[in-house]
Amino acid sequence: MPDKTTPLLALEDLHQTFKTKRGDVPAVAGVNLEVHAGKVLCLVGESGCGKTTTARAAAGLTPYTGGKIRFRGDDLATLDKAGRQTFRESVQYIHQDPYASLNPVRTIVASITAGLRKHKHVKNRAQAREAAVKLLEQVELTPGESYLDKYPHQLSGGQRQRVAVARALAMNPKLLIADESTSMLDVSIRVSLLNTLGRLRDDLGVGFMFITHDLAVAKYFAWGGEIAVMYLGKVVEQGPTPQIINDPQHPYTKALISAVCEPDPKLARAKKTLTLRSSEIPSLTDLPKGCAFHPRCPAFEPGTCDVDVPPLEVLEGARRLACPVIARDHSEQPEPAVRSSQ
Amino acid sequence: MADDQPIMSVRDLQINYRTGKRSEVVAVRGIDFDLYPGQSMALVGESGCGKTTLGLGLLKLLPRMGYVPQGEIVFRRKDGNTANILTMDKEELRRFRWSEAAMVFQGAMNAFNPVQRIGDHFTDTLQDHANSKQRWTKKDIAERSEELLRMVRLEPGRVLPSFPHELSGGMKQRALIALALALNPQVLVLDEPTTALDLLTQRSIVEELHRLRAELGFSMIFITHDLGLAAELADRVSTMYAGRIIETGTADDIFYNPKHPYTEGLIKAVLPVAGDLPELASIPGSPPSLATLPAGCAFNPRCSYAQDDCRSTTPPLEPLVDRESDLSHRTACLHSHRINFSREVIASA
Amino acid sequence: MSSVDVASRPQRTASLVWRGLTRSPSGFIGACIALAVMAFAFIGPLVIDSTNPSNGDKIWTGPSAEHWLGTNHQGKDTLIKLIMGGAEPLLVGFMAAFIAVGVAAVVGSLAGYLRGPVDTVALQITDIALTVPGIVLMLVITAMYRQISATTVGIIIGLTTWPVLMRSIRAQVMSLREREFIEAAKLQNLGTLRIVFTEILPNMAGYIFINFILAINNAIYALVGMYLLGLLPSTADNWGLMIQESWATSAYKDPDAFLYIFMPLAMIIIFQIGLVTMTRSLEQALNPRLREH
Repeated sequence: MPDKTTPLLALEDLHQTFKTKRGDVPAVAGVNLEVHAGKVLCLVGESGCGKTTTARAAAGLTPYTGGKIRFRGDDLATLDKAGRQTFRESVQYIHQDPYASLNPVRTIVASITAGLRKHKHVKNRAQAREAAVKLLEQVELTPGESYLDKYPHQLSGGQRQRVAVARALAMNPKLLIADESTSMLDVSIRVSLLNTLGRLRDDLGVGFMFITHDLAVAKYFAWGGEIAVMYLGKVVEQGPTPQIINDPQHPYTKALISAVCEPDPKLARAKKTLTLRSSEIPSLTDLPKGCAFHPRCPAFEPGTCDVDVPPLEVLEGARRLACPVIARDHSEQPEPAVRSSQ
Repeated sequence: MADDQPIMSVRDLQINYRTGKRSEVVAVRGIDFDLYPGQSMALVGESGCGKTTLGLGLLKLLPRMGYVPQGEIVFRRKDGNTANILTMDKEELRRFRWSEAAMVFQGAMNAFNPVQRIGDHFTDTLQDHANSKQRWTKKDIAERSEELLRMVRLEPGRVLPSFPHELSGGMKQRALIALALALNPQVLVLDEPTTALDLLTQRSIVEELHRLRAELGFSMIFITHDLGLAAELADRVSTMYAGRIIETGTADDIFYNPKHPYTEGLIKAVLPVAGDLPELASIPGSPPSLATLPAGCAFNPRCSYAQDDCRSTTPPLEPLVDRESDLSHRTACLHSHRINFSREVIASA
Repeated sequence: MSSVDVASRPQRTASLVWRGLTRSPSGFIGACIALAVMAFAFIGPLVIDSTNPSNGDKIWTGPSAEHWLGTNHQGKDTLIKLIMGGAEPLLVGFMAAFIAVGVAAVVGSLAGYLRGPVDTVALQITDIALTVPGIVLMLVITAMYRQISATTVGIIIGLTTWPVLMRSIRAQVMSLREREFIEAAKLQNLGTLRIVFTEILPNMAGYIFINFILAINNAIYALVGMYLLGLLPSTADNWGLMIQESWATSAYKDPDAFLYIFMPLAMIIIFQIGLVTMTRSLEQALNPRLREH
């Protein structure tokens, strides 16, 4: 029976292995994540880390090859038709490319209200148009009426992305999975869309699984939520955003944070680069033994890191870490002054 | 080389595109700047502002639809003489390009010929742009290619015999930079050198460029929409909007004391990863179409400081702080004195 | 995306078709020719006096002031026959094309979208239909029913020409279904039929339209062939019949009677030319859209 603490979506030991000519590609290799209503979970990582694959599996777009996905406690695989419909309505997915996710030959109102009309949530054209206007206003496209009969090519990238969000909102979702929703937009528009999504999160209590490679975007959108850092198919570190950003523990996270080009010349000049042992990224079909990061890791310890795959374990509080070396050193140190996090 | 003389001087440059049988659009106009030896200059702007057009135009690499109706780009060559790139004939241009100034194009992934090995690309470039005095033997080419690749920390034995698809994005970008530096140009123009690269790879390319600049001393113009990259690599930054440079100054000027509403808007729209959470603001509206620019200042419809005079006059680029070596802080805004950049912290780390 | 790109974005099929026809001179001329022939065939009969009495004194006369194109073996005026005789072949052509394109679109799109067992079965049916020769089928039906109406001919031609088109529609649908807006439609649980017929096929409207026009061409060719082979007796006025009559009576060898075979052929050829020229410039106008997002 789902209660207040049951996560909206829970990924349990999720695996997604693709079969290719070169062998099995374990794009996602054992991911455990939870998303709660009204909260944000940000998945960050570089290309090939599995974050998009995880998001698509979580959205039910691609069948996964191992593990479980639970929606409000129920295993997705055991849902009946009505259950699947509820899941489909509750968990929506927003694509990265606003130019590709809208049908070029359908008007905005047709695209947004297709679902409403199919499932008979509106009785006629007039009601559909009314509903569309309300949805457009929720994503701050006003006046809604002026957008209804336009075609996607008449809108800018930012507007198209908002229409995609409005379409997702038509299903009254509890969770939005957004895959790099802002990376194809100009910098000045990005903020605006993130603020709109933030308002949906705060006012409507919509949960978010937000995928991005841009740490600044992750920091801004998920400040009150959590970040999970992925590397080659696994989560290597997870925790509240302010802590992860300002006190990263995993060597990969540390490398990522120090690699960011800060839009601040003083910070840029003060930056100390973290050198990795190697710049070669292993192929997913030929992963190193043990921890996948060990060939590049400055904290590498032979015998520990190249034998077993480190599990994601609790470090302290809400933080989890997949690095036995750092975890051991961390527990041996005296507790630093407690940081207050928002 | 006298450091008090600019290596490249651009005056009143305008670039048009022919968009139809009888229509054309002005992509870039009124560009004035001097680039001094060893300087690194960022051309910053969002899509459609004309920065890539300007970058291509600086080396006369515009596509067929583009042409330069007015302006001059005067370059001071290695031998001390000056020449206007726009008046060079084909042969002069061929000798000029790559040996005096070179370009690293956008989309490193696709800049290589997919059916040619990397080594062949180097051979072609070295031979194409050799002047009559230099005769490259096979041995010379091999030596120089290896030297160049080692300079960007690539393994020549691994990279030279490979085809482009066998290299990663970061390796291709480094190889392109090495190729551009093949004949020791004085100026390197890079268009979005780190877009589409992963974070860690981006960082390694940025470090590479720092190092190469320190070693070889070339001047650099790089085009980007990424303010972080500008803050990292640039001594000076020029922001572009609707085909014009609307503010220029040192990196500190632009990031800490912007004096154009658009620049201020851009800076307020990005945030550093480290530290507190500052307030972020977007710029309302969207960039104008180059074919139908607003009257007066092109930014005025979106500007919160706009007054009546902004709608009737196009503000010229005026200096606020005069400095040498074209590091002056200049802005094209009639009301720049009203802009006081500050940022509130929403939440502390 | 730069602001220059926004101006060249894809537009609605209808406006693209209009652009293709009006911007290119050949397209415009082609459309005019086709429309002129259609006006001749459909509006012509409404405007003239269609009484065309037989006249035993005027068999196979050449052009004259009274009979601009001469007369036929029954003394009837050739021009009147020509005007009256266009409606049926053109209608049959349209109908056959409609059926061919309709069946191909439905079968092809469902097969391409659903894949799996539906696709396999559809391909089998298509391959079987491909092997049925239209002529033989018509011979059989003629033998069974003696008289065969133009409508039946249209249906048969339609049912024997859809297989080829099916495959190319299927291929296009297979590539369209991978597009993100189709995935977005699935996220709304729109259901297969709605997705195929309101999301996918409208994206191929231009392609289907062009193939519709080409199918008209093919159908008319097939029809004339039928008449020439004498497979389709018809009492109505019909260009095909005119051709058959002069062929059967070897009248075309007679210089006075030559027009009776020449004119209907010319009308058909002119109509084909008009259609083909149209499609060439339409393809140019619509193709970039097929390649673009």
